Amino acid sequence: MSVRFLAAFALACWLPVAALAQGFGGLGTTSEGYAVPSPDGTISFPADHAAHPDYRIEWWYVTANMTGPDGTPYGLQWTLFRSAFRPDGKPGSQFWMGHAAVTTPDKHFVAERRARGGIGQADVDVEPFNAFIDDWALKADEGRDIDRVSMAASGADFAFYVKLIAQGPLVLQGINGYSRKSESGTASYYYSQPAYALKGTLKLPSGDVAVTGSAWLDREWSSQPLSGGQRGWDWFSLSFEDGHKMMAFQLREAEGKSFTSATWITPQGDPTPIDNGELQLEPLAISDVGGRDVPTSWRLRLPSRDVDVTVEALNTQAWMATSIPYWEGPVTVSGNRKGRGYLEMTGYDRPDG
Amino acid sequence: MRGFQSALSALLSHWRRRPGQFVTLVLGLSLATALWTAVQAINSEARSSYDRAANQVAGADRATLEKADGGAISMGDFVRLRRAGWLVTTVLEGRLQRGRVIIRIVGIDPLTSSAGPLNFEGGSAETPYEIQDFIGQNGLALAAPETIAELDGVPNLPRLIPQEGLPPRTLTVDIAAAQALLQRPDAVSRLVLLDPQPVGAAPLGDIAPDLTRVEPQTGQDLARLTDSFHLNLTAFGLLTFAVGLFIVHGTIGLAFEQRRVMFRTLRVLGVSLKQLVVALVVELAALAVLAGTVGVLLGSVLATLLLPNVADTLRDLYGAQVSGSLGWRADWWASGIAIALLGTAIAAAGSLWRIRSMPILASAQPRAWAMVSSKTLVMQAVSGFVFLGLAAVLLGLASGIVAAFIIIALVLVGSALLLPPLANRLLDFGQSLARRAGAGATAQWFWADTRQQIPGLSLALMALLLALAANIGVGTMVGSFRTTFVGWLDQRLAAEFYVNARDGQQGEKLKIWLQTRTDAVLPIVETEATLDGRKGAIFGVANHATYRDNWPLLERTPQVWDEVARGEGLLVNEQFARRSGLSLGDEISAAGLPPTPIAGVYSDYGNPAPQVMVGLSKFSALFPNIPQQRFGVRVPPERVEALKNEISAEFGIEERSMIDQSAIKDLSLSVFERTFRVTDALNVLTLAVAGFAIFTSLLTLATMRVPQLAPVWALGLTQRRLAALELARTAILALVTVVLAVPVGLALAWLLLAVLNVEAFGWRIPMQVFVGDWLRLGLLALLAALLAAAIPARRMAAMAPADLVKVFSHER
Repeated sequence: MSVRFLAAFALACWLPVAALAQGFGGLGTTSEGYAVPSPDGTISFPADHAAHPDYRIEWWYVTANMTGPDGTPYGLQWTLFRSAFRPDGKPGSQFWMGHAAVTTPDKHFVAERRARGGIGQADVDVEPFNAFIDDWALKADEGRDIDRVSMAASGADFAFYVKLIAQGPLVLQGINGYSRKSESGTASYYYSQPAYALKGTLKLPSGDVAVTGSAWLDREWSSQPLSGGQRGWDWFSLSFEDGHKMMAFQLREAEGKSFTSATWITPQGDPTPIDNGELQLEPLAISDVGGRDVPTSWRLRLPSRDVDVTVEALNTQAWMATSIPYWEGPVTVSGNRKGRGYLEMTGYDRPDG
Repeated sequence: MRGFQSALSALLSHWRRRPGQFVTLVLGLSLATALWTAVQAINSEARSSYDRAANQVAGADRATLEKADGGAISMGDFVRLRRAGWLVTTVLEGRLQRGRVIIRIVGIDPLTSSAGPLNFEGGSAETPYEIQDFIGQNGLALAAPETIAELDGVPNLPRLIPQEGLPPRTLTVDIAAAQALLQRPDAVSRLVLLDPQPVGAAPLGDIAPDLTRVEPQTGQDLARLTDSFHLNLTAFGLLTFAVGLFIVHGTIGLAFEQRRVMFRTLRVLGVSLKQLVVALVVELAALAVLAGTVGVLLGSVLATLLLPNVADTLRDLYGAQVSGSLGWRADWWASGIAIALLGTAIAAAGSLWRIRSMPILASAQPRAWAMVSSKTLVMQAVSGFVFLGLAAVLLGLASGIVAAFIIIALVLVGSALLLPPLANRLLDFGQSLARRAGAGATAQWFWADTRQQIPGLSLALMALLLALAANIGVGTMVGSFRTTFVGWLDQRLAAEFYVNARDGQQGEKLKIWLQTRTDAVLPIVETEATLDGRKGAIFGVANHATYRDNWPLLERTPQVWDEVARGEGLLVNEQFARRSGLSLGDEISAAGLPPTPIAGVYSDYGNPAPQVMVGLSKFSALFPNIPQQRFGVRVPPERVEALKNEISAEFGIEERSMIDQSAIKDLSLSVFERTFRVTDALNVLTLAVAGFAIFTSLLTLATMRVPQLAPVWALGLTQRRLAALELARTAILALVTVVLAVPVGLALAWLLLAVLNVEAFGWRIPMQVFVGDWLRLGLLALLAALLAAAIPARRMAAMAPADLVKVFSHER
């Protein structure tokens, strides 16, 4: 999860980015008429792979860490955002937006697609599962469900075609999929597939690259994910070499302590939610990203799980120059555990953000 | 240095003593600059508006996809292409009639209209809105503030949000809103290809074999048409500047002559020639900059007054969108001042040269300033004929707009040069007539003295000639246009009213329903087509007496309508025929249209695009996918209203989908009238400037003529009589100029109609002559000349006899 709120919410409200960077006051109260996540809600599959148009915002979000034949590390991102601008649940009241990116150690390729609902340009079908915008798709293979999908996207100077095969179960984040986002009780429904094996091809200006690696799917929907005064997110999805995985984020408050949350996932896919305050995040290095100060190296600690690691961007310039700009890119993990993962950060668009 | 300063202050003191002359000089130069600037300002504003419009009208400058068979594109096509990886966006354009107001609707999809981040600019602090307010059937509309003011009170429009810089009388709305407003559900005018396309999309031919890629036209037609309009204006600008130049030349010449004594004194006092010349140049440059500044200001006021007309004209005639308001531009500031400096330099060059070559102790007596020898007259006549000869040669050899303009310029300059010798000849003739008729000495003196004035007045008279010729020429052109156009409209809009069905299905029903209730139902079907490499249209025409009797054919085979009805021949519009050099019998083909010979050429004024007409049955066979939705309906005029109500009740077709002929005619005519209002305004101004030129010249002559008149007065003619004779003399000179201006004006009209127009527009308008207009113009010119002469004449009548006597005692 994470930055996605920013993107999806901005999509919903079409707020100028400047307004977003100055804090999100007022946004948390605009869920009137929309369904709101409840701690008693249950998530069921495959029905919940589909869109939930009675909720305001939603996404299908895949990030992947990959390696080329020569050992070069790569990252990719494929995202479909849905955002309702009227709470009537009708297809015509939905906006869709796709973001795709490929990150190499020294390049970052980005593309964006946008569509309105109800005309067939973008949607999410279940049975068979197919999330698409234009020719970008996250689509179940013949006779399969979300456990075995093909994923494709393209931009002016890049494209990728990859296959994902789940290596474990779907993981419910938070408490049975109810993920809190602030002390004041805003929340979302949130589940993940953190363990896809990936195989496929990146098309880059330098030529085609055959890649293998692992991918992580996040599914999240909500209507009221933000509380006033939250400035931005720092979100991590990490896969350690011993098979453990961790989702962790903080929501930076304008005043006071950030709200933190995490999920510890065993190699078998059993999740344990980590309460607010336990996760400790500390920026270690600031990079100049097109004139913005972005922390691209972090110290991340979770004492209860014996985690004390340094997370570093593979490419510090992984800026998503999309309609709603943010930073998102692959990271390497070192310290008392090793591994790799993805980092997503919002609210750094302005130096004072 | 001190010499220079004293020389300069001495020179400037002249203007203090003669404020009237100063005002004349500055005013003349300012007027010339103002006219020039106004035209430049209008031109540059209009041009930049096209650029803006081209950028704003989504896809005007980008490649588009269109159905190969000319059929309509649907939202389904759009989605199919997007799903196949092609970055395309939708545009739906149409016109919406609300009462008598016609609004252009441009439907866009802001979500897909760019490949990069969303660049949708949302509102302002005063009128905030969000993109979801824009998207959807009931979305708001963006419009220029002046458009919103214009549409005040017009019902059934979306919420209007002002946005600067949008084309006039245009609403930019969401594609879904456009489909709803225009009642064209699911319709898309064109799919615009974005740049850059993503990598790896399948070839277009595999995804959508029924779509063809059409490269951007980059508004070439538009550019050509509007260019011609601007060329027209530029010609006026140059003409008026030339007229202004005559004035400046006159006043500067006068200022030099009157200060000869001063020049000599300065030189004798030790001011070097170089210092004197530099001082004069500095003085003139300062005057030019002053007058240029005033002129640019006047010109921009003028442009502001005229621009709304220009904007309307260009929009209605060619569909070009020009903002009705004027920006402030450095380029025409610069060009205005530059032209004032240049004009002054040209006007002063001769005088300065004379000062340079003047012996230090040359007689300070002013030469008979404008005295011109017969040698000069011969020179003028010869060069005049050379210019006219060159024009004739060019006319025979060259083609193109530029050539047409050069020809016009040659004719005008040549005619102006011929004016003094011809006028001299005419007056000579008058004099010999007077002598033969045994007129008295006074009459003979009158004729001789009038001839004597020609050199001094020649520049002013040339200016008057050019102004009159321009007036006659443009007046003839406009009149010919108008007569032809009105007649053509009557022919072309033969049906009493026109109705648009919602779709082909409703069209079928409507046609059957109408057949039993009206005299005739004439389906109007069309499809876009590429004709000889240019975007045009193919029409289907019913086999009916309405066309046989009325359609304006310029060329035809004897059995033209039968051939068209049988599908053995087709009709092309005049511009297509001219541009592609087609004549009867030539075969035309296009996508979907097999080669068919031309059976007729019809006039199609105001339309820049090529057109072809085939018989209705042939059209249906060739383009079966084009439904019959539009109909011309023949019905007695008094039945029109009732029938409209019945159609509306029976089919639910709204009033705005039914347009009656009289409304179209009114609209077309009002468009036409506006077209030439600008021309009219410039005409009047040119004439005013020419009148001013006469005034200043006469004023100059008046003081110099005292010595010539004094002896006549001494011989017994009263001052009153002399003044009356002065008036008569001016009247005769003006009359001679008017008479000579008529052929020049007609030549100009012919060049505009038969040469320039054909080059620029592709159609030729038969020239018609309006003698009444000449008479009116002649009287006006006479009046202007008399007004100009009145003040000098009054002065003559009121001059103290002592001043006249002084002539004999004075050195001068």
